[in-house]
Amino acid sequence: MSMSDHGPSPKRRNPVLPPRRPTLPPVARTRHALGLSAAAAIGEFALQECRECGAVQYPPREACRSCLSDMLTWRPDNGAGTLLASTVVRRPYELYFREHAPWPTGLVRLDCGVSVVAFLHRACPEAEGRVRVRAYLDRAGRAVLVALPEQEVPDMSEDPLLKAFGNAPKGRNVLVTDGRSDLGQAMALAALKAGAETVWVGVSDPWKAPPGFKALEETPGITVLSLDVTEGQSVETLAGQIGGKVDILINTAEFHRTHSALSRRGVETARAEMDVNYFGLLRLGQAFGPAMCSRAAEKPKNAVAWVNVLSVFALANYPQQGTFSASKAAALSLAQCLRAEFRSSGLRVLNVFPGPVDEDWNQLELPPKLAPAKLASAIVRALEDGIEDLYPDPIARDWHERWRADPKVLEMELTA
Amino acid sequence: MSRRLGYDGVVLASPVTIPYERFSTRGAHWFLGRAMRALVETSGLDKAAIDGLCATSFSLAPDTAIGVTEHLGLSPRWLDYVPLGGASGMIALRRAARAVQTGDAEIVACVAADTNQTDSFRRSTAAFSQFAQDAVYPYGSGGPNASFALLTDHYMRTFGARPEDFGKVCVAQRRNSLDFPHALFRSELTLEQYLNSPLIADPIRLYDCVMPCAGAEAFLVMREETARTQGLPHVYLLGAIERHNAFADDPIQERGGWAADRDDLFAQAGIGPGEIDFLQAYDDYPVIIFLQLEDLGFCGKGEARAFVQDNDLTNAGSFPVNTSGGQLSVGQAGAAGGYLGLVEAIRQLSGQAVGGVVPDARYGLVSGFGMINYDRGLSTGAAVLAA
Ligand SMILES: [Zn+2]
Repeated sequence: MSMSDHGPSPKRRNPVLPPRRPTLPPVARTRHALGLSAAAAIGEFALQECRECGAVQYPPREACRSCLSDMLTWRPDNGAGTLLASTVVRRPYELYFREHAPWPTGLVRLDCGVSVVAFLHRACPEAEGRVRVRAYLDRAGRAVLVALPEQEVPDMSEDPLLKAFGNAPKGRNVLVTDGRSDLGQAMALAALKAGAETVWVGVSDPWKAPPGFKALEETPGITVLSLDVTEGQSVETLAGQIGGKVDILINTAEFHRTHSALSRRGVETARAEMDVNYFGLLRLGQAFGPAMCSRAAEKPKNAVAWVNVLSVFALANYPQQGTFSASKAAALSLAQCLRAEFRSSGLRVLNVFPGPVDEDWNQLELPPKLAPAKLASAIVRALEDGIEDLYPDPIARDWHERWRADPKVLEMELTA
Repeated sequence: MSRRLGYDGVVLASPVTIPYERFSTRGAHWFLGRAMRALVETSGLDKAAIDGLCATSFSLAPDTAIGVTEHLGLSPRWLDYVPLGGASGMIALRRAARAVQTGDAEIVACVAADTNQTDSFRRSTAAFSQFAQDAVYPYGSGGPNASFALLTDHYMRTFGARPEDFGKVCVAQRRNSLDFPHALFRSELTLEQYLNSPLIADPIRLYDCVMPCAGAEAFLVMREETARTQGLPHVYLLGAIERHNAFADDPIQERGGWAADRDDLFAQAGIGPGEIDFLQAYDDYPVIIFLQLEDLGFCGKGEARAFVQDNDLTNAGSFPVNTSGGQLSVGQAGAAGGYLGLVEAIRQLSGQAVGGVVPDARYGLVSGFGMINYDRGLSTGAAVLAA
């Protein structure tokens, strides 16, 4: 079951020892500084820029340091800069930093004219060398800047900083909640390919053996388990079996029909959508969430992330798939609640907002449609980068951009 | 530059220190109260005669200076609150001197006090400023050690200063503290011990760091004739400067606001750097002493290393620096650290030294530096005092 090329399994924790209490980096930020974290949540590094005079600002603020305008907007930055000075923080004040000390940090002068305090990747050059700064979310889900070497280096992602900020499947136990769909199967294979130690795949009725399922079952490293997210008992049973070992839960369970509100009579389909897409997530959250939170600080292997495959239709209703959109909107709202409740443990939530995926129920959607395997590898990358919201394809990004600009205008476009 | 009004006729008297403790269960109000009591006792003034108050503290919250008036039963007609860390002493002095000159107050008590409880330094560091909370503390929570480490690293790379150059200052200051009764550290420090001390935030070593503690410093500002009437030993204020957020476009701090104002300072004082008999420099951390030596005009930019090596910085030496041992030896009682050098300078110049004496000192320069709001110290100040 475990792949030998990822080393021996870690020793079981001595049950007599007290559990490791999670500690977190400081979570407090001013409201205007959260723009940096909001950008980092989708994998961007953004800085405030004055709309009147163009001056770039850092640290984030409420008035332009140059012309005193209050019209400061966030814009992406390429992070190019020069490292001016470096240090190694060996005696941090906060418990979280103490546990993982020492921390290499430095001051970087960005080419856009501001100096930023940043963590330093171990492959960074000495001071006066060129670096590129990226924003990552730390374990508290807040943005921190990391200076990286200008060019990729071998084993870039093996740096302890990036490992601490990321939620890579490598060496971890992954549960994919539904392996019947193309995405579920692709997700299991992608997690395995990314170095997951164990991949569990849930299937509601294994005897039905959906296409491709046999091959999945026979793949070394993958174990198929019975899981029906619409049955509380089924979810509880599986949580009792493996709940204390799951490091990453990827919820691929989805009920998808393409109806508007008026195209059918009755609520059965809509109820089935809610039962899987919304209540399924709630059942999983209640059964697996607490155990994963309690293992979020465990060593050497800890629970790191919870992934929800939502839909870009969760942002704004797509009337041709109106009830499905509604169920995904409900799931998004619940996912935000889970994220808030997981926050203090350090367990991170990744919400995935794909546009139309290339699968049966989207057959009438026009291309481009996202191939399940592409979506799966995008999710792995998002986990490795530690981002919080993933818009994995051009349609999703287009929707997201419109939604960010003005949700009301997007609604009007969609209901035209 | 237009000449500023001088500080003619303004004097400083009654230097007071409330002995430092590593930790204290008392609050800042206790230390402020002890300091006020000591001012009253050493000056022989009636408490009600002190009609101006300038208070400095980081641990007074939720109170400010106004809470202190009611707490201590004072009814001043002039009140100020200057929580500007290491620059507080200079700035309080400037405010108080003008108040006395204009007659808005007859006698101003300048009092700085802070308590220190076991977790208070971490808490005040975490929330020191918005910028620190948003853009510094989340990077390893190294506090001032980490911020000054970056400035020190940059200074060393740019100007070739070596650990032994900083060590020489620390060793000399420790020598100066051997006779100073209020110092928390009163044992000899060798250069070898300094160099072998553990790294806290490279290149900052243990002996580059001040020890946070509790305590208070205070003095009185009044007109010369008031001091004479009271029979109080006093010193004269010849000149004083302050500057905030200087050289904001420098990518990293390698000079302080003194560089912008030192000509004004010496013009006002009517003397030059060569006539200064001792320097009370802000010494949290040694690299900041180097900046002060350069930016106040004792040597050129980048030459502090040579200046330090060419001079004996002890009280008997060619250029005494921090004659009580400075915060590096005495401890840093929060914002009172910004008063330490000023109170010591008053003692030295008015024949009231309680520790080592700088022989025949006529002029002293006191300098302050404070408020690392983000990546650099924002506030600088300096004053020239005369016996
Ligand atoms: Zn502007």
